[in-house]
Amino acid sequence: MKELVVISGKGGTGKTTLLGSFAALAGCSVLADCDVDAPDLYLLLHPEISEQEEFRAGQLAVIDADRCTRCGRCLEVCRFEAITADLKVDTLNCEGCGACRVVCPVAAVELVERAAGDWFQGQTKYGPMVYARLRPAEENSGKLVALVRREARAWAEREGIGLLLTDGPPGIGCPVIASVGNADLALVVTEPSPSGVHDLERALTLCRHFRVPAMVCVNKFDLNPSLDRQVREYCARSQIAVTESIPFDESVPRAIGQGLPLVEFDHGPASRAVAVVWGQVRSGLIGG
Amino acid sequence: MSAKPALQIAVASGKGGTGKTTLAAGFAIVTGRCQFLDCDVEEPNAHLFLRPKITQTEAVIIPIPEIDRERCNLCGHCAEACQFHAIAVMGRQVLVFPELCHGCGACSLACAEGAIREAPREIGVVESGKSGKIGFVHGRLNVGEPMATPVIRAVKAHRDGKQLTIIDAAPGTACPVVEAVKGSDFCLLVTEPTPFGLSDLRLAVEVMEKLTVPCGVVINRSGEGDEATEAFCATKHLPLLGRIPFDRAIAEAYAHGRHPVYAVPELGRRLEQILDRALACAQGDLS
Repeated sequence: MKELVVISGKGGTGKTTLLGSFAALAGCSVLADCDVDAPDLYLLLHPEISEQEEFRAGQLAVIDADRCTRCGRCLEVCRFEAITADLKVDTLNCEGCGACRVVCPVAAVELVERAAGDWFQGQTKYGPMVYARLRPAEENSGKLVALVRREARAWAEREGIGLLLTDGPPGIGCPVIASVGNADLALVVTEPSPSGVHDLERALTLCRHFRVPAMVCVNKFDLNPSLDRQVREYCARSQIAVTESIPFDESVPRAIGQGLPLVEFDHGPASRAVAVVWGQVRSGLIGG
Repeated sequence: MSAKPALQIAVASGKGGTGKTTLAAGFAIVTGRCQFLDCDVEEPNAHLFLRPKITQTEAVIIPIPEIDRERCNLCGHCAEACQFHAIAVMGRQVLVFPELCHGCGACSLACAEGAIREAPREIGVVESGKSGKIGFVHGRLNVGEPMATPVIRAVKAHRDGKQLTIIDAAPGTACPVVEAVKGSDFCLLVTEPTPFGLSDLRLAVEVMEKLTVPCGVVINRSGEGDEATEAFCATKHLPLLGRIPFDRAIAEAYAHGRHPVYAVPELGRRLEQILDRALACAQGDLS
């Protein structure tokens, strides 16, 4: 089984638009949305949810007020400002480290598991899909991403589907690291702006760090053709393959508005370019 | 450009790429005098617009355990105490996994032998300086490091509180956003009028409710499909602070690394209006 993960560094460069179209073009694949902060792929692929489960991870300190002698040792040792002056736990700040429990002389602190998110699986027109949503302001998004990918892989193996398409989150932190590790190919989507290029370099460094082969795609390239060329030159120097660039096209938000993968919405300039990109990525995956 | 109140205003969004940094940096530019904290430490970009002169760089460190093998009796209490599996006793060795360590100190508190000392480990940097009269601070998480929150905390520690503070947050709904927005007087949520934008806006609003930070909405690339966002704001009683029309000239200026307020003067006027509304809302909620 081959896994493609689409990432970007910078948000809003078009990851989900590309991945949704890849799903339509691939015919049959397993789809995983690893942007667990803000999952959007389901808005294009409309899975029929067959299973939904709570994701529990991480700990939260709970102080038993009856046992507590108000000695304040917990407040002294907490490094996350998670114990308030009146010795209550601030659930937003608590990292669940348990330092407070270690020092509590009367065992008044307990660590309980947090309900950190929910994950879903279901069928789409294009194959099975797994996605998840972190509960607002929760932690452990990396673990939830790992769970989504594990379930998606298991499904691919069960049904003998040879392709896993993973939509990654923006950034370079823990959920991105959890999305990229062990993938066969990372497609890094960027846009020709100073921010896009800055973040592209960081995303490519991350891929190198975790030894995942990368390909680069420039979206909305005609907004600044000279930066598009610079990206191409940079990638040529670094021996990273670059796909066809995708033009700025107002069809893209319209397709999202209709809840359709771009390639099924129209055959305009961006749509045609995305089809070419898919051909190149597929060759990259088979070759890699 | 009148002096603004010394409030802390965050700019955030569930979805990435909605224009947070463009708006946040634009507010700083039209205001002229403020403190700007770029808290998107995974992908800090505001410096590309504000072009500050960096005068100070500091490392962000977290304390990680170091084992004194002379004192260690391999009891394993440290590994039991660690909730992040960052320390393990294997045979006659204690192994530390630095990238899993949150620097909480539970292991050293649990060690009865005093065999754990803490040593600093760098996970990123904070740089600060000036861009005209704008005090500028940003943080940068080292590539390969999973934990952004300590770097965000280090950026926010620079807030002087004597002038308007503008915070540019990371996208999403998880801990980095919480850390960036926490303690703000008001949060502007930037969205775009697509189902993606609206879905992510809903989640971002839930985060603000949990944080009890009052918030308002700005529709960027406004034009088609604003109605659904307007309806959502109405049911949630969220102020719609303004709209920025879909305009290729804005996108092109951005792509060329120039802040779009310089290319599209109308945008500057809109941003000033939006910021003034946000400040009015923030003060309304304070009184």
